[in-house]
Amino acid sequence: MKILVLAEINNGELAEDQTSKTVSAASTLGKVDVLCASNQCSDASTNIAKMENVENVLVLEDVLFAESLAESYSETLMDTINSYSHIFAPSSSFGKNVLPRIGGMLDVMVISDVSKVISEDTFERPVYAGNAIQTVQSIDKVKLISVRTSNYSAVPSTGSADIKKIDCKGNNPLTTFIENKMQTSDRPELTSAKVVVSGGRGVGSKENFEIIEGLADKLGAAVGASRAAVDSGFAPNDWQVGQTGKVVAPDLYVAVGISGAIQHLAGMKDSKVIVAINKDEEAPIFQVADFGLVDDLFKAVPEIEKKV
Amino acid sequence: MKILVPVKRVLDYNVKARVKADGSGIDLANVKMSMNPFDEIALEEAIRIKEKGNAEEIIAVSIGVQQNQETLRTALAMGADRAILVVATDDVHNDIEPLTVANILAAIALKEGPSLILCGKQAIDNDFNATAQMLSAKLKWSQATFASEIDVKEDNVRVTREVDGGLQTIDAKIPAVVSVDLRLNEPRYASLPNIMKAKRKPLEEINPADLGVEVTQRLKVIKTKEPDSREAGLILENIDQLVEKIQENVGG
Ligand SMILES: Cc1cc2nc3c(=O)[nH]c(=O)nc-3n(C[C@H](O)[C@H](O)[C@H](O)COP(=O)(O)OP(=O)(O)OC[C@H]3O[C@@H](n4cnc5c(N)ncnc54)[C@H](O)[C@@H]3O)c2cc1C
Repeated sequence: MKILVLAEINNGELAEDQTSKTVSAASTLGKVDVLCASNQCSDASTNIAKMENVENVLVLEDVLFAESLAESYSETLMDTINSYSHIFAPSSSFGKNVLPRIGGMLDVMVISDVSKVISEDTFERPVYAGNAIQTVQSIDKVKLISVRTSNYSAVPSTGSADIKKIDCKGNNPLTTFIENKMQTSDRPELTSAKVVVSGGRGVGSKENFEIIEGLADKLGAAVGASRAAVDSGFAPNDWQVGQTGKVVAPDLYVAVGISGAIQHLAGMKDSKVIVAINKDEEAPIFQVADFGLVDDLFKAVPEIEKKV
Repeated sequence: MKILVPVKRVLDYNVKARVKADGSGIDLANVKMSMNPFDEIALEEAIRIKEKGNAEEIIAVSIGVQQNQETLRTALAMGADRAILVVATDDVHNDIEPLTVANILAAIALKEGPSLILCGKQAIDNDFNATAQMLSAKLKWSQATFASEIDVKEDNVRVTREVDGGLQTIDAKIPAVVSVDLRLNEPRYASLPNIMKAKRKPLEEINPADLGVEVTQRLKVIKTKEPDSREAGLILENIDQLVEKIQENVGG
């Protein structure tokens, strides 16, 4: 068994939480090597080297990897990847983009969204928007695993791995990067925040969403949204929580004006404590909430913000 | 150009999945099945591209059981020109894995020569999010996943992708495989006259063996169980109580 973790690095910036939690999941099986491929690797590789249980950090520095485009990423790494029996990546938009492509190239199934590593060939993963948990056993020679990072804690930064440069001989004639429109924010990251305040269609408009953001800032929380809120233009796409958005499991999740559709619950029902504010006492969100308040959000949320 | 759109028949998104008592899977007997919502969006996009004059033919493909015919008739009624049904199993409970699906679609693509394959980004039953990427790898074509905007140009397709940090735009060389996200469009409903017309559109039925593809299962499903359930909690009486609960759980 030889384990490789694909670190998520966006333009030189390590997605530390995602990568560390993926290392944590992979560590269930033993020591790991981490692949650090980006246009700038020095900061990222230093941070990865400190992650506990990492033996080697393989550094592949080239502008080709700045945006982690699937073709160049998977093609170039074939040689390196081929010497491993297990390849883990976070189940983020990065991991979901590259890992199945590697699977296609190796003729190996990908095991997506793994919530529990049971043994070297057996894994648990949610299906049907989390309405069922499947245990699957892989017969493939290589296991390709994307990790549902919200199920794992980050590893401590007590390690001291070796950093090794490796060679790259790739190009990407197939896709060309044009531009990024990334959201920047001083708030904590949605997928790693301890507290998340989310708004739904009930919030009514982009302007009104400031009520949600106000409470979030008071609590030092990340802001989330339902699909309906994102589709209606109240909130940007990267705030969406759910089956097709982000999966979060904070200590506290506050759902405001969200009905609680199964697709939304899929992204937040592993939160430690769920609080729901909704004016409809029949709203399904109350069936999963630890604490509910039946009230108009426009009245309740500003008052809560004042009092907490 | 031709556009290929794979469509999967899945448990309708409004129906709650129920785990079978013996833990062998999800109960799919006598439940409402529909086209995977993401595939509907992919098909809608293909139809819009054709309506703009940028495509001549849309081929819908479904892989699975005989009953997938219904899904293909829906696709034809929405606006696909013809359909290919690949009967890969006779058991609705046997989910064909993305890797096999990709192998089948690759074989069809080599025969049909589409310029674009539009896939849903994930099936809402197995939630794998893998077919488009695997297919793209098999064909060695360009790959653009999670599209929320697609603009077909001469030699490439410009795709805006929904990624974790926001939006990313890339140009993917044609032929390309694109997987679509929810915000790309809102699919149309098939009109009654179109449903009638769809009955006369060609629907070809084949087997994986006709394409030289073997149906494999690399992931053995050992057990399917219910997730840990949450109990409904307390409905609080006033805002002050809620404030208290929030403070207790923020951790200071
Ligand atoms: C394939 C697929 C994937 C999906 N993926 C996702 C996903 O990832 N994430 C997601 O969230 N959804 C997803 N959905 C959509 C999901 O099914 C629901 O449509 C969506 O979650 C509803 O959002 P909502 O709760 O904000 O809106 P609604 O269901 O309209 O609920 C609004 C709520 O606000 C309450 N309200 C209104 N006004 C007030 C007020 N003044 N004060 C207090 N409460 C008020 C109402 O009582 C209601 O309960 C998906 C759907 C499909 C088909």
